Amino acid sequence: MLDDFFIRALVAGIGIAFVAGPLGCFVVWRRLSYFGDTLAHSALLGVTIAYSLEFNIAVSIFLISSVIALILIQLQRKTNLPSDALLGLLAHSSLAVGLVVIGFLTFIRFDIMGLLFGDILAVNKKDLFIIWFGGALILITLKIIWKPLFASTVNYELAEAEGLNPDRAKAVFTVLLAAIIAISIKLVGVLLITGMLIIPTAMARNLSDNPQKMVIFSIIGGLLSVIIGLFSSLEFNTPSGPSIIAAALVLFIFSLLKVKQTIQLKN
Amino acid sequence: MSIENNVLVKLNNVGLKQNQKWLVQGVSLQVEKGKIVTLIGPNGSGKSTTAKIALGFYKNIEGNVEKYTSNIGYVPQKISIDWTLPLRVNDLMLLTENLSDEVINESLTLTGVKHLKDKSLANLSGGEFQRVLLARAISKKPDLLVLDEPVQGVDFTGEIELYELIKELSLKLNCGILLISHDLHTVMSATDHVVCLNGHVCCCGSPSEVAKNSEYKALFGEQASQTLAIYEHKHDHVHTTDGEIKKK
Repeated sequence: MLDDFFIRALVAGIGIAFVAGPLGCFVVWRRLSYFGDTLAHSALLGVTIAYSLEFNIAVSIFLISSVIALILIQLQRKTNLPSDALLGLLAHSSLAVGLVVIGFLTFIRFDIMGLLFGDILAVNKKDLFIIWFGGALILITLKIIWKPLFASTVNYELAEAEGLNPDRAKAVFTVLLAAIIAISIKLVGVLLITGMLIIPTAMARNLSDNPQKMVIFSIIGGLLSVIIGLFSSLEFNTPSGPSIIAAALVLFIFSLLKVKQTIQLKN
Repeated sequence: MSIENNVLVKLNNVGLKQNQKWLVQGVSLQVEKGKIVTLIGPNGSGKSTTAKIALGFYKNIEGNVEKYTSNIGYVPQKISIDWTLPLRVNDLMLLTENLSDEVINESLTLTGVKHLKDKSLANLSGGEFQRVLLARAISKKPDLLVLDEPVQGVDFTGEIELYELIKELSLKLNCGILLISHDLHTVMSATDHVVCLNGHVCCCGSPSEVAKNSEYKALFGEQASQTLAIYEHKHDHVHTTDGEIKKK
């Protein structure tokens, strides 16, 4: 069954949606969209390093993204630049360096469009293993740090005063973010991974009144986006990443109708 | 807990310096089981900083903190819930501890807001929100309660009610309370010890006598005087604008 490229892409996408839902909620709650973007852009550098050193792509992206996150933390401490400027600096420079390195690696043929926007044909059986095994690890880790991470998202001082160690939870969460980017790059592409994290979550926010519901709805939203997106990618021969994100956008627009209804009910 | 004298937390001559500026310096105080200690002082006088030092937030402090409990309930000074995070009262109650439904109901009933359990936090009034925060802090039966301006944003009647509630809670739970008050001259009459801060300890003492102050009664009524007390105090020094201390 997994011999069919479309089934493989579908299984991969479903695995990613399960992980992107809960992580995406924290990205939105903690206002980390642009941070996620920066990590994702740096992933391209990870890909080129993987190719030139004949290294596993997912592991390479994971390492590079983690390094970028560490550099960011150091820059935030040692410079007087605001965070968004530092994020922009790292995002664009790592994307640029990645593309420059690709230019040098003339002996390897790169599908740049595939790297940037995802490729439905690119997912092989090994990737499926990485996505589902890595995804399960990410979810288990998130479950373990859920309490301190969530408490410090609501109020950092409260979490610290009551002995929950929010700094450790934050560091672990950054690593998880790097990990999901590493496992989803083939299907969604460098430029659109953050969309996969935040658009289904934004939809879920419109439909939920408590955090648990929001997590569940964002998983459902992600699953629907993947399924609808991949089928239309197959049908219209469009790149997989943009198709999935476009499907997520449509779902988000539908969820706005619900918001409008509740506002009318309140009035 | 130290066995001989019920001390929960003790600050020995502590200070904190940030960016070459002392936020607080030379503060000594202790909170005992069943006792209420109130910190007062003007804005920026280091009340919250002192409370945070007691909670163990800072690593590079001068002096030392002896802490004899880790079971602490905290009501922070400012807590703003972002609209991006949908949160009901019940979710907030479960924030740092896995509590049973029974315990949650019990705590919310104690602070008189059980009917709000399934309400969204965004729809609560200031007073309701403070009561929910208080319920959350007491839900795990802490040994030490640290309340940073628990009556902020509450009108005068609500303030008296909340202070009465805090007094009641301290009796029921037999915990030590470190209370920060934004008001310079009114403190809870149930307070055992008042510390007036302005970068350092300006003065400290007990407010017990002042509740009998007849002017105060005339101003706020009999009921208020049972809950609030005027802390009359004079300082032997003044703070100049550049942070120096001048003797009078």
